[in-house]
Amino acid sequence: MKMLGKYFIFLQSLFVKREAFNTYIRLTIDECIKVGIDSIFIVVIISTFIGAVTAVQTAYNFITPLIPRYVISLIVRDMTLLELAPTITAIVFAGKVGSNIAGELGTMRISEQIDALEVMGINSSSFLVLPKILACILMYPLLVILAGFLSILGGYIAATLTGEMTPSEYIYGIRVDFIEYNVTFALIKSVVFAFLISSISAFTGYYTSGGALEVGRASTKAVTSSCIAILSADYLLAQLLL
Amino acid sequence: MIEIKNINKFFDDTQVLFDINGKFLPGQANLIIGSSGTGKTVLLKCIVGLLIPDEGSVYFDGRDFHNSSRSEIQDLRREIGMLFQGGALFDSKNVEENVGFPLDMRTHMPKNEKLDRINFVLNRLGLNNTNKKMPSELSGGMKKRVALARAIVNNSKYLFCDEPNSGLDPQTAIVIDHLIQEITEEFNITTIVVTHDMNSVMEIGDYVMFMYKGRILWEGPNTDILNAEVRELQDFVYSNKLMSALKEQSS
Repeated sequence: MKMLGKYFIFLQSLFVKREAFNTYIRLTIDECIKVGIDSIFIVVIISTFIGAVTAVQTAYNFITPLIPRYVISLIVRDMTLLELAPTITAIVFAGKVGSNIAGELGTMRISEQIDALEVMGINSSSFLVLPKILACILMYPLLVILAGFLSILGGYIAATLTGEMTPSEYIYGIRVDFIEYNVTFALIKSVVFAFLISSISAFTGYYTSGGALEVGRASTKAVTSSCIAILSADYLLAQLLL
Repeated sequence: MIEIKNINKFFDDTQVLFDINGKFLPGQANLIIGSSGTGKTVLLKCIVGLLIPDEGSVYFDGRDFHNSSRSEIQDLRREIGMLFQGGALFDSKNVEENVGFPLDMRTHMPKNEKLDRINFVLNRLGLNNTNKKMPSELSGGMKKRVALARAIVNNSKYLFCDEPNSGLDPQTAIVIDHLIQEITEEFNITTIVVTHDMNSVMEIGDYVMFMYKGRILWEGPNTDILNAEVRELQDFVYSNKLMSALKEQSS
């Protein structure tokens, strides 16, 4: 509970004694490149393979001819939109970006760079953390859209190349009974996950004390805490919004 | 001038600073010395506001730092420069960006004027042609000088140095010490240096404050330190063989 209180005070401190608006624009653009553009490669690889594996394993479990084959792509689509694209990508995002944020801030803390900012009269938490949170909230939904598209494409490639389905069956399956709200739901989840990953990782890194060992621990703790928060929020959002 | 009055600081139930008082005048190198763990850095952090003392006040030319409004503190901080033990240079910025950072954040100086100021400070500290180097490409002494340049680039009125020559060879350490002294005199800055290096004390210690277990046991000019009749100070001063040998030779 004490940590939770400290976390909320930390979040509040981001908006107190802020710098000029222009400063944040420049910093947020820099962070967008770091958290967004630099994450594209890993998101492409993981989402394509997850879509492919989902298609192949769903087909493997469909042993009865009573279920039409297009249901495979329907399942790939719904699993991708509801869970795989926003949540699995969030876990990967926490591992890559979350650990990076915690490591960077932890190193800045132990090498007194954060103290240097404070001595200059700069609100270090706002200056360092707010652009990271904004960048994650801006870029992560875009990564989820990319992941969703590539996951369905991965399923298409796997299903058609293995001969489980024809291309027209797959296309039919991803279009049938499509619920547009699922996309909205995925995007709402992506914004919540992005906020959780960036803020929890920043909080963990910002309050690092000690040496290099503690920076490593902070990175690990950031990923672990983010993953727990993601999965808890995933369940809560599913209960609340579906 | 910086004046500190009745500073007390606790960490949980442990008191680390006991009723510290002192005056640090501009244009002279004010040194806080003592062994490791005596509370020197805690005191320095209380003075610059990185830690809040549990009791007592810090006055910057009469302005009560810890009882000022947020905007007053921000204005005051613009007049403060600090050289950290490890330099605390921003890893992602080159020398020019590091030194220019306080100007970027705290002034609306035109770009050319800013660059002139950065180059002036870098040249003053013997760092010509290092503008585009990254901190990882600099030696320990150069990092300290870049950090010093960043601390004074904003025409700081108050300069704080935490162990400025730790990790440096004796020659480079003396160079840094003399730079601090020269800058202090040249720009009439109020400078406080925390150190446990007796070479620094003897080289630049215009005013020396000796701390022991969170208390000030002695203060005065470095010329008096060798004859001070405080046992803890004598133990500290003559703890290294060179100083002991000098004492034996003189006696």
